[in-house]
Amino acid sequence: MSTAATRIFAHARANATVMFSGGILVALALIALVLPWLSPNSYLQTDFDLIREAPGLRGMHWFGTDDLGRDLLVRTMMGLRFTLVIAIVASLVSLVIGVLYGAFAGYVGGRVDAVMMRIVDALYALPFIFLVILLMVVFGGNFFLIFVAIGAINWLDMARIVRGQTLSLRERAFVEAARLNGVSTARIVLRHIAPNLIGVVVVYLTLTIPQAILVESFLSFLGLGIQEPRTSLGALVQIGVAEMESAPWLLLIPGGLLALILLCFNFLGDGLRDVFDARQLR
Amino acid sequence: MSLLDVRKLRIAYDDDPVVDGLSFSIEAGESVGLVGESGSGKTQTALALLGLLPDTATAGGSIRFDGRELLGARETELDRLRAVRLSMVFQDPARALNPYLRIGDQLRHILVAHGICAGRVATARAVEMLDRVGLPDAKRQSRAFAHQLSGGMRQRAMIAAALIAGPDLLVADEPTTALDVTVQAQILELLEEIRDDTALLLITHDLGVVAGHCERMLVIKEGRLLESGTTRAVFEAPETPYTAALIAAAPRLATGAGDSAGALLVSAAGVCVSYPETRRRRLEAVKNVDLSIKTAETVAIVGESGSGKSSLARALLGLEVAHSGTFRLRGARLAADLGERPRATRRELQLVFQDPQTSLNPQMRVGRIVSEPLAVHEPELDGRAANERVERMLDLVGLGTGFLHRYPHELSGGEAQRVAIARALINEPSLLVCDEALAALDGTVRAQILSLLRDIQRRTQLSMLFISHDLGIVSSISHRVFVMYLGRVVESAASRSIFERPRHPYTRALIDAVPVPDPGRLPRRKPLPGDAPSILSPPPGCPFHPRCAFAEARCAVEFPEQLDIESTTVSCLRAREIDLRNGESVL
Repeated sequence: MSTAATRIFAHARANATVMFSGGILVALALIALVLPWLSPNSYLQTDFDLIREAPGLRGMHWFGTDDLGRDLLVRTMMGLRFTLVIAIVASLVSLVIGVLYGAFAGYVGGRVDAVMMRIVDALYALPFIFLVILLMVVFGGNFFLIFVAIGAINWLDMARIVRGQTLSLRERAFVEAARLNGVSTARIVLRHIAPNLIGVVVVYLTLTIPQAILVESFLSFLGLGIQEPRTSLGALVQIGVAEMESAPWLLLIPGGLLALILLCFNFLGDGLRDVFDARQLR
Repeated sequence: MSLLDVRKLRIAYDDDPVVDGLSFSIEAGESVGLVGESGSGKTQTALALLGLLPDTATAGGSIRFDGRELLGARETELDRLRAVRLSMVFQDPARALNPYLRIGDQLRHILVAHGICAGRVATARAVEMLDRVGLPDAKRQSRAFAHQLSGGMRQRAMIAAALIAGPDLLVADEPTTALDVTVQAQILELLEEIRDDTALLLITHDLGVVAGHCERMLVIKEGRLLESGTTRAVFEAPETPYTAALIAAAPRLATGAGDSAGALLVSAAGVCVSYPETRRRRLEAVKNVDLSIKTAETVAIVGESGSGKSSLARALLGLEVAHSGTFRLRGARLAADLGERPRATRRELQLVFQDPQTSLNPQMRVGRIVSEPLAVHEPELDGRAANERVERMLDLVGLGTGFLHRYPHELSGGEAQRVAIARALINEPSLLVCDEALAALDGTVRAQILSLLRDIQRRTQLSMLFISHDLGIVSSISHRVFVMYLGRVVESAASRSIFERPRHPYTRALIDAVPVPDPGRLPRRKPLPGDAPSILSPPPGCPFHPRCAFAEARCAVEFPEQLDIESTTVSCLRAREIDLRNGESVL
């Protein structure tokens, strides 16, 4: 696995889109991690002298302050942290469930596959967003529940894609060779199927992350996601919309950052797809 | 002035030349063979002639066609030449034909696009051309889509498309490599017949094809011209050792490997394999087949695609479930399903696949690929002992330990096939099944692998089952041959009697279809007509009678039971009356 990863990295390095968008994302993540420590302001502290201050140098509020006089720069970074964490964790949840479910259904095939995929179809038919909203209302803005809710939406797509790929991998001669030799099903799935899925999975993952970010933002925007004083980019945008006319930066800065992250992830996915196409995983 | 004059052609990718200073010329109406192994730059040359090189390639030198320079010519100029004066037939007709257009329309578009004719006249010309290339019921078939035609018929349609505008030069890049030998013989015959005064550049790795169908030949290696001359002269007195080796490695019909008298290892009795086709009907790929393989014996199963040879082998291995009949290994019955066979039996039966690249996991290094079966069957081996075994195995198949850490994509076709053989042999199986295992390899590599297998067999008493559509490939190694047609064994006998005294007309046709690397051995026999009928609706009576040169009225009614004549088992109503040795000797 690790050798496969190094090879993928070597190819990715040659691709400018991947390096550029990946670089921006890594830089943003580092800034989000470090900046709240360095800034003299905290995300909770109210600066009573400077409420709704426009971006500038006064009081070190480079991005200005919100309607409660809190520093927008630090709050945006805190929001970015939360957004990234939730997106990545939710995507990992969907990755694990989706890959195992899809690979198992695809490899075993037959009736098991049919039943498993019909379950996925049935879950698709549920209006998930409403279900999530219902859960949120019942249990409140539970941190953990947000991960689960978003992961539970995303794994369906992942399972379908992985199953499709597994169906074609299963027919490959090297899988038959392993079967002939009596290699166990679990080992075939783990050592022969899964490593050859990396290409599609990595590409798809970079596309589910923005999806997870959007769902989280949407929930937070509706006031169902993260609760004050904690914040996420979606929650910041919600406040920004309310103050749109008097303090437009409150909408533009977190909104712009959200758009930038989404763009970067989409470009990353596109670039990675090219990388894997060029490698032509056989 | 020559029709085509190539001077110092150089094609490079990232400064890596694939063709380097290649010069040759073709006169009008001539047929020239361009011979080389994979990676020699022959396909790149063909693409350059038609201006089809990808943008990443840089080309230098000169290609003059009828006095006009083609290298660096504008696309619009090339468009006026292509199809009309200069045309190409590709290796894989399934990919070269447009899947969304009817065959007739594809031909018609060529005529219309070049302003040759239009409307009804063009449609009629398209049908006429399809008729000339031997598409049965051309009018109806012209309405078919590419996927509705068989491989051979598709290649005929491709040739029709290439020739419909009457070009001066036809470039055919491995036009028969993807086809059965019997169909290959038909297509080559067709190219010869139909091209009139069109010059032909036939690109191939198969010297047998060149020997039978080209007046002159060019041998290239690593992008350079090694040798050129009339085909006969090159074959009789090759100037370079490389050419001599190529000629020596070309498959010839041999008398087989003599007899083998080991104990019975594997037997099959009354085996039927079928696949669900529709809810009601099953496709019977293998019908009531008996087979036996002795220790240290090599058995070949030969037949066209769809004859059921692969299904039979896969059922023996347990990869397909035989729905009736039994397989026995040393007298003990084998479960039909691989999952129900105990581990100890699994290690005894091993398989080498057709395409060496797809049979190796691209994410694993050679060392792990070869050691994996060992880990399953001898988990008690510690790391060092296992490594030693793997190294010894790599050594046996002629690869050094330097290969241990390579990935499959870093291997050539021949090296990958050696790795696949090493993986199959590491647990010391008693039977190795080779399913078209040599078909994808170059001639010299094929000869090396054959001698490797022969060598291993002599040392380890390994039994082998070779599946092939080409009798030429298996003739030198097999002790016994089973010929299959539409799911049944139509003839089985010791190799020697198969080649010296074939008793089934189909066997005779397969022997004749092998392209023989001997320019003197002309004229050839007429190739077997048509395709094998669909196994879903086999003809009544003898399944072979519609294509058989010896068929009589009763062949269409009566089903031929198996006859034993001397040591041969044959299913032909006329087996006792006809003598298939007639004409020249086969060998």
